[in-house]
Amino acid sequence: MDIPMELYLVVSTIMFFAGVYGFISRRNTLTILISLELILNAVDINFVVFNRFLYPEQMEGFFFTLFAIAVSAAETAVAIAIIINIYRNIQNIDIKNLNKMKN
Amino acid sequence: MDISVSQIIFGILAVMIVAFSVMTVTTRRVLRSATYLLFVLLATAGIYLMLDYHFLAAVQVTVYAGGILVLFIFSIFLTSHAGDKLEKIPVKKTLAGITAAVLGIGVCLYVVLKNGIKITEAVSGGEIDMKHIGITLMGTEKYQYLLPFEAISILLLACIIGGIMIARKR
Repeated sequence: MDIPMELYLVVSTIMFFAGVYGFISRRNTLTILISLELILNAVDINFVVFNRFLYPEQMEGFFFTLFAIAVSAAETAVAIAIIINIYRNIQNIDIKNLNKMKN
Repeated sequence: MDISVSQIIFGILAVMIVAFSVMTVTTRRVLRSATYLLFVLLATAGIYLMLDYHFLAAVQVTVYAGGILVLFIFSIFLTSHAGDKLEKIPVKKTLAGITAAVLGIGVCLYVVLKNGIKITEAVSGGEIDMKHIGITLMGTEKYQYLLPFEAISILLLACIIGGIMIARKR
């Protein structure tokens, strides 16, 4: 445990903004979802690091990471159900084609 | 200067996370993107292990690497053909993404490194006892988490029903 806290935060920051870059620049809905997972995972690292370094006798960060993992699993399952449904209807999952969902 | 084992392990994990998360968002094949995401998630589990959160590392590997990644890979196989490449990202979008990411990294790293709480020695609580985790998760006292646990279980139920309703054939 001889690693400064800032290094963990630097790693998670880079991971977070890699996710932001993918979220903005990607066109395929699945890759957007993958970028979203990167963002959520970076936040999880932050929770855990703050809990361990600043409040090691409490467990808030630990449990909220646990709940965040559960929420992201649920969110991914529903999003992939939607994506597969879209694919079944228009044979394509690019976001620029999604306006056809309207009618 | 001497380098300890944990510093070497942290270095490997940090390089893995940074490299693979950048490769996840820059590669043009969807399946590779998912594979790099798997490496990022496993390295994150390694970081949890380094911080002595063994239970969290196990959850990360089983739920993320075991569950979510399999979902991703199945849906990639269902929606694209092998060897398909994503279309090239237009320059404007790339520039917008890079600008947002670089600005964000700049601001965040400035704040973290300038005002970061200078803690190098974590007050190591050691590994958390499983019995303690269970009691805290199931208790209703202060600093115990039965209510969010139940909220998550309702959310999972809603997701199961929603997933079935959305994906079933009409």
